[in-house]
Amino acid sequence: MPSTRFQGTERYVATDDLKMAVNAAVTLSRPLLIKGEPGTGKTQLAEEIAGALHRPLYEWHIKSTTKAQQGLYEYDAVSRLRDSQLGESRVHDIGNYIVKGRLWEAFMSEVQPVLLIDEIDKADIEFPNDLLRELDRMEFYVYETRELVKARHRPIIVITSNNEKELPDAFLRRCFFHYIRFPEAETMTQIVDVHFPGLKRELLKEALDAFYRLRDVPGLKKKPSTSELLDWIKLLLAEDIPAEALRAADGKTAIPPLYGALLKNEQDVHLFEQLVFMNRRTAR
Amino acid sequence: MLVRFFLMLRAAGVPVSLTEFLALLEALKARVGTLSVEDFYVLGRTVLVKDERHYDRYDRVFGAHFKGLEQAFAALGEASVPAEWLRRMAELTLSAEERAKVESLGGFEQLMEALQRRLREQQGRHEGGSKWIGTAGRSPFGAYGYNPEGVRIGQDGSRNRSAVKVWDRREFRNLDDSVELGTRNIKLALRRLRRFAREGAAEELDLGGTIDATARNAGWLDLKLVPERHNAIKVLLFLDVGGSMDDHVRVCEELFTAARTEFKHLEYYYFHNFVYESVWRDNRRRHAERIPTPEVIRTYGPDYRLVFVGDATMGPYEIVQPGGSIEHWNEESGATWVGRLQRAYPKHAWLNPEPEDRWDYVPSIGVARQLLDGRMFPLTLAGIDRAMRALNAR
Repeated sequence: MPSTRFQGTERYVATDDLKMAVNAAVTLSRPLLIKGEPGTGKTQLAEEIAGALHRPLYEWHIKSTTKAQQGLYEYDAVSRLRDSQLGESRVHDIGNYIVKGRLWEAFMSEVQPVLLIDEIDKADIEFPNDLLRELDRMEFYVYETRELVKARHRPIIVITSNNEKELPDAFLRRCFFHYIRFPEAETMTQIVDVHFPGLKRELLKEALDAFYRLRDVPGLKKKPSTSELLDWIKLLLAEDIPAEALRAADGKTAIPPLYGALLKNEQDVHLFEQLVFMNRRTAR
Repeated sequence: MLVRFFLMLRAAGVPVSLTEFLALLEALKARVGTLSVEDFYVLGRTVLVKDERHYDRYDRVFGAHFKGLEQAFAALGEASVPAEWLRRMAELTLSAEERAKVESLGGFEQLMEALQRRLREQQGRHEGGSKWIGTAGRSPFGAYGYNPEGVRIGQDGSRNRSAVKVWDRREFRNLDDSVELGTRNIKLALRRLRRFAREGAAEELDLGGTIDATARNAGWLDLKLVPERHNAIKVLLFLDVGGSMDDHVRVCEELFTAARTEFKHLEYYYFHNFVYESVWRDNRRRHAERIPTPEVIRTYGPDYRLVFVGDATMGPYEIVQPGGSIEHWNEESGATWVGRLQRAYPKHAWLNPEPEDRWDYVPSIGVARQLLDGRMFPLTLAGIDRAMRALNAR
């Protein structure tokens, strides 16, 4: 029996309250709903849980056109019809035309799996309601073959949401919930350490300073997040930019180099440049 | 003890149900965490709270329950101070001599009592004046004021937060919103306007067509595909910004977010107070980039449904008089322009965030309602519902 306690991994820094949330969800086998700013590692969490607890991972990525039924199974009536025209013998067994979805696959797993339902808010507003029974009882009925599919082991379900749509109450009641906060400088240092071991202290400090300064700019449409910070540091390393270049003379008048990696929105870049320009003028 | 905690959470407006409470007991029984207060705090939050907007309320209840501060909690619940004011903690800043002056009001105790009474009396946000709680006034309560015995509410100030417990930090304060209209509800109301049509690439099996074609084909299968159904409704949204609309920003934002995800063809423009010869798209550059209203009419066909969102609260002359606009000289009156838009878009409605029972007291709303021939609806769920019906009629 593999360990059932999640403690974070060497590649993923989990805060104490996140660990607690994961362990509660694993112990009581309830789905765990994760929300938070984009780029705080919501999706990665499932991969890390699977890795740390040595469980297989099933990923179900949700798009705006995804229907709940597709996670269970799909009945490919068209190929059956076509096969019947060609007189194939497999046409007599309807089971040949049932295509399993991610949820079914996870239910059939030999050991307790981790199932990631990624970005559930992308789907239609009724989508979560269609999965209530499946997530609650961990079973569903296949009408075509009159078969009841039951999970061998209740999967550890991680659901992520970016808050584009509100989720229905009945759905929320069945989940545990955790909101990943944007990491503080201390946690952020740990995260960067994990990704770039041996990074010069000096550069890291300057980069983080510049990063948090940028996040504090009022009115940004999209604040840079952890994943953008990591990309940016990667770029800084690749370009071999010295720490001094990041150090702003008086904190506000310098544009950090390669800031295109941090600001993803034309209007934000514009706003930022304007602010810097104004600060320079007043500083003079 | 936990039952009381559970009931207090409900009283504070955190939507917890029995299911969640039982799950918490189950988790405690399964020894998920150690028996420390911090662990219990996190565990309880994970299990009981399902929305980060409620984190702040949870923190407050937790702090109150586990510190024996039930009194303060009850007071908060009763007066229900708007979350906006609590964003910065109410704090008392009194010097020794100011404290002496407080005695003139009957002492600190009485001051706090008076604050509670007034909180209960006052309904909205307030600026200036000498009684209500707000900003820049002379009442003893509020921010940036002149009364030396004042209680400061919601004013910036440095606070020492180094030694506070997690729940006392209340870091989720600005995630709390107690707006009744959630976007989800608005979306469901907007759904009334859905009208499906088949457009785009063929990707769905047309069963009827296939049977028909196969039969004609003497039994050999001939698959027919049709495009998937889409919501084909096109909406043109005109939003009032600035001035008296500032009070309604939240609800308008919600409506806008909901509409954005619900309609594929949504075009929006802004105006101030009333529609004249030009509107704009980017509120930050409203003076530089104006779009002539006739151009909007030319660009979008009459199949668009036109929805105005505005409180229509202004001087009536701003609607009926040429040159009545408070911002610029308009050659033709607002009424003329709205008339043109109405003729261009026979399916139109006006959503008004002002409560319906107040409409009769504002003359300009009366004028606007007459212009719109009764197609003005309050910006509430029921109102949106009625507006959507009106837009669908004919």
